[in-house]
Amino acid sequence: MTAQTKERTAGRPNAFLRFLQGVRGFFKLVFENKQAFAGMLIMLFFLFMLIVLTNVFPYDPTPNPYQILAKPSWEHPLGTDELGRDLFRRIIAGSRSVLTIAFLTGLFTVAIGVVLGMLSGLVGGWIDRIIMLVTNLFMTVPTFPIMLVLAQVTTITNTVIFSLLLSVFSWSGLCRAVRSQIVSVKERDFIQICKVMNLSKAHIIFKELFPNIASYVIVNFIMIMRNAITASVGIMMLGVVAYDHTNWGAILNSAQVYIMNPNAVLLWLSPVLFIVLFQTGVILLANGLDVVLNPRLRNS
Amino acid sequence: MENTEKTKAGFKELLVQTWSRIAKFFWDSRFFWKRLGIAIVNILFAVLLTFLVLTLTPTNAIDSYAQTLVEQRGISLDEARKLAVEILGYDPNANVFKQLWDYIVNLAHGNLGTSIYLKDVTANSVIAQFLPYTLFISAIALLVSFLLGINMGSNMAWKKSPAKETFLTSYIVTSSAVPDYLWGLILLYVFGCSLGWFPLNGARDITNGLPVVIDLLWHAALPVLSMVIVQTSSWALLMRGSAVSVLGEDYVNAARARGIPNRIIVRKYLRRNAMLPLVTQIAISFGAIFGGSTLIESIFSYPGLGLQLSTYIGARDYFVVVGILFFTSVIIIFANFVADSVYSFVDPRVRRDS
Repeated sequence: MTAQTKERTAGRPNAFLRFLQGVRGFFKLVFENKQAFAGMLIMLFFLFMLIVLTNVFPYDPTPNPYQILAKPSWEHPLGTDELGRDLFRRIIAGSRSVLTIAFLTGLFTVAIGVVLGMLSGLVGGWIDRIIMLVTNLFMTVPTFPIMLVLAQVTTITNTVIFSLLLSVFSWSGLCRAVRSQIVSVKERDFIQICKVMNLSKAHIIFKELFPNIASYVIVNFIMIMRNAITASVGIMMLGVVAYDHTNWGAILNSAQVYIMNPNAVLLWLSPVLFIVLFQTGVILLANGLDVVLNPRLRNS
Repeated sequence: MENTEKTKAGFKELLVQTWSRIAKFFWDSRFFWKRLGIAIVNILFAVLLTFLVLTLTPTNAIDSYAQTLVEQRGISLDEARKLAVEILGYDPNANVFKQLWDYIVNLAHGNLGTSIYLKDVTANSVIAQFLPYTLFISAIALLVSFLLGINMGSNMAWKKSPAKETFLTSYIVTSSAVPDYLWGLILLYVFGCSLGWFPLNGARDITNGLPVVIDLLWHAALPVLSMVIVQTSSWALLMRGSAVSVLGEDYVNAARARGIPNRIIVRKYLRRNAMLPLVTQIAISFGAIFGGSTLIESIFSYPGLGLQLSTYIGARDYFVVVGILFFTSVIIIFANFVADSVYSFVDPRVRRDS
């Protein structure tokens, strides 16, 4: 065994340990920040709801005409809905649809925004101009009405396509921000030094540039999830996309008719409360992570 | 001979002068022309986008329209089909470029779209009838939230105290955690259903005998309030950021050193200078309100353009939908263009930068 291979094998556990330490450091920082901690707890609650509660309390979609809009009881903690189904279970089942849409939209949007933004910032020239022109176009069209119309015209029947539609109209802000970050980081000394040292382009992009915008992208990912929920619930509430009646927006859509009915208060109030709880968690987590991950804010 | 040469030279000089003046005018206002170019490209993009929606419409919509024409006018199906294509300005069997050209020609003539289900209803008539209501609530909401936000933001920047900081943070978190249409739902239940202070739907009620303006404001109160709650916080945040940077400027310190009362510093030095960058934001957020009023209007059944849009989308009357969509886009693009141009004339630094 040569000295080199020894070094390499010895390097591996070190790298793994360093990774673990990084994760531990991250969580330590999250625990120290009150906002991030509260946001994390709320997110964990929703994850618990998605993974455990949906299996513990399965939803039965068959209508029960004898129990329409029943008051809360031990059997039905939130009462029943307009067709006599258990509202508590319907909301839990709806978390799957809502959270998947939010997550996928965040993923797609970040993918489009970061790739185009980095391309625009790194390459410059004509590509930069064209991408910025397109970004500008997407920033000046009335997003919500267009999404509404396209959702109706294409009769959306699954979550992936719905998320794609949402992200096509929400990447522009992120793209512009990533571009301006890249442009400002690109001119700093450490990148110039890397170029002088003749390091590969891939190294510069993934090891030097990307870590600098990573925290920004994570915070944006979370805020895009928030916007995705606002938009998707709104579209569902207007009854335009109706492939899943457990989605909280769909519950609101059916509850709107009963707003005068005092028995149906929980029917619209409980999805509203769950949406608000989720949004609050998302905002707290994003604000907290912004402080935790951004070294300039952390020190002050 | 000499004389004519002299006039020739004089004429030439005049020509050169005129040309250089014209060139100087264009060069001086190059920022404006660039903005105008961007606005035109944006409008072309809006044309393409709305055309895309049009091509996605199912073909049988036109067949059913031809069928209604047959019943209405007592003509043969073939003739009715031709007439339908002519009235709608869209032939589903033609190739894409022909369709796009027809669509552009139609727009150039000012026909935004004809309803295929309702007689004598066009996008133009819908817009003329319902636009004023949307403008009314959007403008009030924008004005109120802008003034409130400016005040709140400059106060936060001027006197920092932990209590204010906590208040602002919690207000921002709550107001942005609840989307404006959910605020609308909550307000509708509390003030409309439970307390009964405000009407549940509509924009006018002729039966209650109130003066017109009071009645309109009374009906607009809840929709406007739900928009104001959400928007004030974003104005406050923007204003705080802007005001903090103004507070670092020398002229503010100089004003303090001269013994100018704080009240006047805040009003004349801080607020006015910090407001300037927010001018562009007004137009952008006006566009956002204008496009996003669909949900608010449908919750309060407020008869604005947004409610009409969602109604016609629900009815699958796509030609009217496309017309409203195009009109909304043009308004937003125009608002952005005006804001950018005005801002560049108000603040010369912007002109120099680009």
